[in-house]
Amino acid sequence: MRFTSALALGAVMALGAAACGSGDDSGGGDKLTIAYVGVQTGDNSPELGINISNGVKLAIDQYNATNPSKKVDFKIYDTKGDPAVAPGQVQKAIDDNVTAVVGPVFSGESKATVPSLEEAEIPNISPSATASALGKNNWKFWHRVISNDDAQGQVDGDFLTKTLAAKKIFVIDDNQEYSVGLADKVFATVSAAGVTPQRDKIDPKATDYSSTVNKVKSAKPDAIFFGGYYNGGDKLLKQLRDAGVTAKFLSDDGALDQKLVDGAGAKQAEGALLSCACQSINPSASNPAVAKFIADYKAKFSKEQGTYSAEGYDAATAFLNAFKAGKTSPKDVNDYLKTVNFQGVAKPIKFEANGEISVKTIYMFQVVNGKLKFLGDAATVKPE
Amino acid sequence: MLHDFTSQFWANTVDGLTVGSIYALVALGYTMVYGVLRLINFAHSEIFMIGTFGGLTLIQVVGFDGGPYGGFALVGILVACLAASMLASGGAAVVLERVAYRPLRKKGASRLAALISAIGASLFLQELFATVVIPKFFGDGRGRDPIHVPDLLEKKVLFSIGSGEVRNDKLLIFVAAIVMMVILNRFVNGSKLGRGIRATAQDPETAVLLGVNIDRVVVVTFLVGGLMAGAAGFFFALLYQQTMFNIGFILGIKAFTAAVLGGIGNLRGALVGGFTLGLIENYGGSIFGSEWKDVIAFTLLVVILLFRPTGILGESLQQARA
Repeated sequence: MRFTSALALGAVMALGAAACGSGDDSGGGDKLTIAYVGVQTGDNSPELGINISNGVKLAIDQYNATNPSKKVDFKIYDTKGDPAVAPGQVQKAIDDNVTAVVGPVFSGESKATVPSLEEAEIPNISPSATASALGKNNWKFWHRVISNDDAQGQVDGDFLTKTLAAKKIFVIDDNQEYSVGLADKVFATVSAAGVTPQRDKIDPKATDYSSTVNKVKSAKPDAIFFGGYYNGGDKLLKQLRDAGVTAKFLSDDGALDQKLVDGAGAKQAEGALLSCACQSINPSASNPAVAKFIADYKAKFSKEQGTYSAEGYDAATAFLNAFKAGKTSPKDVNDYLKTVNFQGVAKPIKFEANGEISVKTIYMFQVVNGKLKFLGDAATVKPE
Repeated sequence: MLHDFTSQFWANTVDGLTVGSIYALVALGYTMVYGVLRLINFAHSEIFMIGTFGGLTLIQVVGFDGGPYGGFALVGILVACLAASMLASGGAAVVLERVAYRPLRKKGASRLAALISAIGASLFLQELFATVVIPKFFGDGRGRDPIHVPDLLEKKVLFSIGSGEVRNDKLLIFVAAIVMMVILNRFVNGSKLGRGIRATAQDPETAVLLGVNIDRVVVVTFLVGGLMAGAAGFFFALLYQQTMFNIGFILGIKAFTAAVLGGIGNLRGALVGGFTLGLIENYGGSIFGSEWKDVIAFTLLVVILLFRPTGILGESLQQARA
């Protein structure tokens, strides 16, 4: 019994391999499919994933409406944002012979699944994974349309020493992988600019940050950088302000959430600065596509576009441009991505050899009247 | 490092005593129940959590969220919210005893069974708040979010001791904790019920023979522990202005540690343990960096227990020294 089932399994596998082989030979078959790989349901910010998949869907539907020679299919693979679930979903996408992948959405699942996509030679563009280490793997099929955490740390460091002209800086992080990397980069950047910052760490699950607050109070900094998430950042910000610390407070995309204001209190959070590789896109005369995108998105999904919708749209557009140029096999599409260069809705889309986006803009937000307000490019913006 | 310690010594002392007051009030609940029943009531952290929500719910429902207040209005609202927190926690503690412990005690179940029951009750209460209570009072879908506590009083620095700025809310918490300790001490040592508690702690069987109503003693013990945890919950909400469904977890561990540190079963031990833990955490954080806070606190616990296995003051609820 056991023997026969093993035999049967072997036969099925052989068939599967043959099917895969033929699929590859015909260059993705006569069907073009863009897959979305990322969160759709569960506890890991599913709204974020839906923002992205809607952006992708919009781009594909608009393309299909132009009656191209080959219509493009859209498939969703829900990873729940979980690095343990993602590999199975990616394998499914590979077995389905998808032509190109928008995703994976988060850094953790990217680390876990991009090697499989690499092996299957399927081009993939992440709209939102920002971990710096992802770009250092010599992956040939991986790209992202968002700048990484190192770029953010560099910009944040410059922002502290130049825009805010801070002479004394205190760097705090919440001891998580993402936060420590970012805070280290900020620390190094401001050190290189001649300011030696002080450093402390908090535990995001604790409530009492008084020893950290006392260190900050005695250091009397002009500005504080907090690397971490809003959960922890809110309590820290509140306790700093309640203790009478008035230094400028700068944090990152992990803390970029209305919940930071809710948790810290509107009075305490007022004026806090938050940087992000994401942006809130605004219609402008120089790029009429943005206004059209915002209107089309709203018409199609009857809600406003959100964080990373534009990035999802741009990632899909990069693939669609390849199809338009007659590239239909995954490998040809990937080669085409090396030359892609167009003005996307969010930003100019052009990739470096390692898959990173070439224009590494970081944007700044600020809490104004208890709400998050988009200020613009962090390199040029003047906070209120 | 050491420079931080010396330059921020007084600031950390003030904060250590403030957070230590909260630890001490919660530790009382662990210590009293242990003294009487030899049971670690692990659901006590949730009794504390309920306390943080008691006053907050009153603020939310009655609409005290227009603060900060001053004068008599402030005093009235503070007292009302404190009372709401204490009643919520005290009531919850009594119900907890009735539902989770008494049936087991009547059946003569082992202490381990009661411990499992405590863990179950703890998880139940957390989920009850996350899925039912918080969404009802604070909005759907916010069950697992941190809930912000509105300003009741304007936080002002009253005076400074060296680098330590004594703020009005911190002073209030410290003084209130001491006053409550004194009242509780009087109650346990001076009243008839208190004598019953001590008698039961000393020798339950003889106490029964002498006419002590054990059930009543146990209920009163839980009630008193709950009232103190409720007060701690209110002070916590006043100080940090944030709470959530699982806020009791870490604080419960800290308070339990404080109880063991001071000598579990010993009322004064809870106070000493709470203050010691609060101070050591803050001093340790300032010397080695705040991320080492817990490591230092628990290392100290191990060291103290090595030399004094029954804690700083020893286990002595039964010996009337409490």
